[in-house]
Amino acid sequence: MKVLIAEDSDSDRLILSALVRRLGHDVFEARDGIEAVALYAQLQPDIVLLDALMPRMDGMEAARQIKALAGERLVPLIFLSSLSDASELARCLEAGGDDFLVKPYNRVILEAKINAFNRMRSMHQVLSDQRDQIRRQNESLVEEQELARRVFDNVAHTGCLNADNISYHASPMSVFNGDVLFAADRPGGGTLIFLGDFIGHGLPAAIGAMPVAEIFYGMATKGFGAADILREINRKLCRILPVGMFCCGAMVEADFKIGQLRAWNGGLPDGWLVRANGERVAIPSRHLPLGVQNTEQFSASMTVLPAAPGDQVIIMTDGFPESSNRQGQQFGEAGVRKVLEQLQPGEAPFHALMTRIRQFTDKPEATDDITLCVLTIIHQEQHQAQNDRLTESALAGPVDWHCVYEVREQTLADFNPLPLLLHICMEVPGLRRKSGEVYTLLSELYNNALEHGVLQLPSEWKASPDGFGHYYQERKRRLSQTRGHYIRFSLGHQPTETGGRLQVVCEDSGPGFDFERYFEKVSDTGLPSGPKYAGRGLAMLRRMARQLRVHGCGNHVEIVYDWEAVDGNDRAQPGHNETQRIADD
Amino acid sequence: MPIEARRSDDGQTLTIRVEGRFDFSTHQAFRDAYEHSDPAINRYVVDLSDTTYLDSSALGMLLLLRDHAGGDSARISVENCNSDVRRILAISNFEQLFNIR
Repeated sequence: MKVLIAEDSDSDRLILSALVRRLGHDVFEARDGIEAVALYAQLQPDIVLLDALMPRMDGMEAARQIKALAGERLVPLIFLSSLSDASELARCLEAGGDDFLVKPYNRVILEAKINAFNRMRSMHQVLSDQRDQIRRQNESLVEEQELARRVFDNVAHTGCLNADNISYHASPMSVFNGDVLFAADRPGGGTLIFLGDFIGHGLPAAIGAMPVAEIFYGMATKGFGAADILREINRKLCRILPVGMFCCGAMVEADFKIGQLRAWNGGLPDGWLVRANGERVAIPSRHLPLGVQNTEQFSASMTVLPAAPGDQVIIMTDGFPESSNRQGQQFGEAGVRKVLEQLQPGEAPFHALMTRIRQFTDKPEATDDITLCVLTIIHQEQHQAQNDRLTESALAGPVDWHCVYEVREQTLADFNPLPLLLHICMEVPGLRRKSGEVYTLLSELYNNALEHGVLQLPSEWKASPDGFGHYYQERKRRLSQTRGHYIRFSLGHQPTETGGRLQVVCEDSGPGFDFERYFEKVSDTGLPSGPKYAGRGLAMLRRMARQLRVHGCGNHVEIVYDWEAVDGNDRAQPGHNETQRIADD
Repeated sequence: MPIEARRSDDGQTLTIRVEGRFDFSTHQAFRDAYEHSDPAINRYVVDLSDTTYLDSSALGMLLLLRDHAGGDSARISVENCNSDVRRILAISNFEQLFNIR
């Protein structure tokens, strides 16, 4: 060990140096405070023995300077003193000394003190090394998290979270708090939002979030409904998460066209539908969280609520009501309810909630742990216009192609081919913007072919609420008898000068139906009287497609759909439509 | 001791009492309470009369106990919850998995 001795009396210095040397240490000598400080800076000794009274610079000042030079390093300073006045000795310690040694020196005490301070010094060293190691590890962890977050952002992206009618608050690192928030436009029109909260923090939560993002975005763009997506997320999480880990979540599916909201809440605090007139409807948790129950037991049944433009849907993670103020009180679900009760007409619930929670917690960082999302119901046209603003991918895709896809036998009952067919069509650059219409075309054709063609269910049954139930019971029963049946889609696309032409032929193995009479009925009487439960399908097809032809006995329908790549809301004009029946094809 | 396990006189019921906060800090003790228990035990009671707080990781621990006790065939009752604790169990719809009294 290197020991620095600062002592102005030559004889005292000599005695002490000899003593310390004999204990096996390297000794460096200084005659006053200035020399001591200079030697310290040069040699970085491990222990300093310092006389209190010295010429030029006394021990007190030297002690202060040496401590300043040492910084975080622990350098034991032991004052040498012939003083026996208690207050003098105390002053030495106040100046930064760690102990004192009273002259004349006792070899045994000196040795014990040097050893004691050496132990302290090495303990300090171990602690600082460990602290530095932890600090370095923490830095690299933060760096890794930042990187991981960027990977996650690429998988989860923001979907349509930046749409004008969505407001949300989520910490950029929220995935490491276990919170995830996704939003996607539904191909059939409308918006789908998922808010999830994994129990636990850090890496396990973030890893669980990845497949959820993939499933949500993958299935949403292919046209799957909220219930299907929830079932798939639950199935996946059950498989990958250990017992005891799960994800609380809420799914909101808004259909702007028919003004309907479908909601599912499994383990999150109450969600709210705040209507334009101020009325509030709670969306409480009615289900177990995702990843707890196996597929057979899992319930994806959604609560259905009517919703009109201007209505707002609010969902949040428990971080919001569990935010606490400086006194340790929680904001609580009652706090949320109170903010919503006190909303002024025209006041946005999102801003009201965020303002109130910031006031309540009085800590800017308190909002790091909360995720809040508010969706405003808008008119379908407005939503369409928003989507048209989206920039198209510059990537080229297939524009000139044809394919045939046939579903038959038991598969008719087990499999829904619409997401797959829509996916093929959406590969055409620019057509994705029209995904809602294309999905409607495909699903109307398919449902007609399946229900009226293959299963021969009369749509008249759906004219009464009782018949409606019967219709669906019968549908289920007949689906188990699909032997020898098929539905065949022939899809083709060609580019045109302004966009493209999609041709869809749908054939089925059913006996067909009297098409002419059907159209007479619809077009002559205009709107039928009484509640209308059915018969809208073909009328809708007629309105959207440029051409609708029915071949043969009615089990072979052909549609030509023209679309334009230029921006704007103009859709296929109804005036151009033709409906033909070609008797023998 | 925040976690205390006691076997009934007939040796078939294990009662686990959780005192104070039931959260991640009690994870190991809670697991120890049932993991090495007698195989004769076929019924579990989680007594929360002295539990002041329960968080989502406690929900996870309850699921672990349920798994240990036979999953869907597990006989577990969660008893004497205060209103805050009951509320958390209700939000997560745990009454579908546990007998909550």
